[in-house]
Amino acid sequence: MIETGQKYTLGSSISEIYGVEQKSRVSLPLYSCGVSAGFPSPADDYIGQQLDLNDLLVRNPAATFFVRTAGDSMTGVGINDNDLLVVDRSLEPAHGKIIIAAINGELTVKRLVKTGTSCRLEAENPNYPPIEITEDLSCITWGVVTSVIHQFR
Amino acid sequence: MKKVFALVDCNNFYASCERLFRPELNNQPIVVLSNNDGCVIARSNEVKALGVKMGDPYFKLKDLLAKHHVHVFSSNYALYGDLSCRVMTILQQMEPEVEIYSIDEAFVSLPYTPGKLHTDYARSLKEKVRRCVGIPVAMGIGPTKTLAKVANRLAKKNAQYGGVFDITDSNQIDELLARCDVEDVWGIGRQSGRKLRMRGILTARDLRDADEVWIRKNLTVTGLRTVMELRGVSCLPLELAPPDKKSIVSSKSFGRPVSSLADMKEAVATYLSTAAEKLRSQGSAAGAIQVFISTNVFNVNQPQHTQSMMASLPQPSAYTPHLLKAAMHCLEGIFRSGYLYKKAGVMLTEIVSSGQQQINMFGPVSAEKPELMQAIDRINRKWGRQTVQIAAAGLAKPWKMVQAHTSPAYTTNWSELPIVNATS
Repeated sequence: MIETGQKYTLGSSISEIYGVEQKSRVSLPLYSCGVSAGFPSPADDYIGQQLDLNDLLVRNPAATFFVRTAGDSMTGVGINDNDLLVVDRSLEPAHGKIIIAAINGELTVKRLVKTGTSCRLEAENPNYPPIEITEDLSCITWGVVTSVIHQFR
Repeated sequence: MKKVFALVDCNNFYASCERLFRPELNNQPIVVLSNNDGCVIARSNEVKALGVKMGDPYFKLKDLLAKHHVHVFSSNYALYGDLSCRVMTILQQMEPEVEIYSIDEAFVSLPYTPGKLHTDYARSLKEKVRRCVGIPVAMGIGPTKTLAKVANRLAKKNAQYGGVFDITDSNQIDELLARCDVEDVWGIGRQSGRKLRMRGILTARDLRDADEVWIRKNLTVTGLRTVMELRGVSCLPLELAPPDKKSIVSSKSFGRPVSSLADMKEAVATYLSTAAEKLRSQGSAAGAIQVFISTNVFNVNQPQHTQSMMASLPQPSAYTPHLLKAAMHCLEGIFRSGYLYKKAGVMLTEIVSSGQQQINMFGPVSAEKPELMQAIDRINRKWGRQTVQIAAAGLAKPWKMVQAHTSPAYTTNWSELPIVNATS
């Protein structure tokens, strides 16, 4: 086989032969409208725009982690058992955010409520009481939850 | 513009990785074991305090580790590799010039501000990495890479520096270098260390002030470079694009001894697949392949056999079936029955970039299917190692390494994600 894209010079009547370039492939978007001769598609200028869920869900890939939930303490905000959470560690754990916190060494999902003087972690289910953050409690914020992905099985 | 070097080094990196998704292990003793659970390759500070050394064999430590409730992990390179990549990405987001030096170290070039410490900015970098990735790092800053390494050591060893130390304009540099053993200077190996000690050069300071002619004669130009670097003359610039590997090795010890050729073929085929994937990922092809096998040299009562064989490929290739054929040819040439083999490996050499292969004029040009290899590599990247593999690599793999304490691939496998509690 002739090395692709390379030029070969010969001495006889044929002066040059070009190998066929087959290395690169261009994938073209599928035209959804039929080809109508003579009239250009009005969508031509917009072809090439595609949606990538990563753009929507992951702002800072190096700081983004996926975790899975176990339990029903956050159902009020739409986080169910076995859902997938998108967690961005680069974000500030501000008042009102859903966060992952390490409470006594265990990764837990809660809503962070900051009042003037105190801080507490609330569940989104009336069956679970809020947890006050005190000196005695070991609590480290781990990351901020930015989305929940619930897949139907 | 004048620059300084900062060495960013992840603290007890593998142990820190294991802690990220297990916060209950903070302040708990952790060791990480090498492939095959052979010996210690990472220790948390608590384990260092017990006197456990790098490279200590695990079987000798079992009682001590159990007594102190040490958490033992097999190495989980899927996790360490991913977290390493995240640390490096954060550094690259903050600074344009970053040299990734190893899985847990990077040199970063920072603008020099005369007469002012660079520690404030370094601290903000350190904090950014900690917050975004959750890995603690130490930073040493100096006018040369070698001095940045010295500064990094000081940052780690002295709690009062809070993990960041700038040696650039230090007026105590003599004392600091005098407290650094000559073997601990970057680039001074054990052999050079011995030579220097015999000559009465005991510390980094002695080395800095050593006679250039003697150093050049005894430690070659490499040693002289180290001396100049200690004097603050930068001789080692940042390597921003790592050179392609000149050879690729994949080799591991077996979980249990292998005596049959069939098992050995599976193992060699598996290692070959790994090496071939690395070869393709850097866009190269290999011109030659070497296979080596060895019995357990520590088991002095068993008959010993260690041998290797090399084969040239008719033309450089990155196509697994062609490489495999050559590897099997080598293996069949060196394998002897009646031995208990402990280890095998594959080395790909004479590596060229895929574009610049010479076509062999006489040899058979057999058809390769690069698209097939690309598809396999993509699938395995997405769904995990060995999702698709060549049949020769076997399925049961009875020889496979023992890794009894591996943590989940938390960040690289959808079915092993960390679980967060929603029950309180």
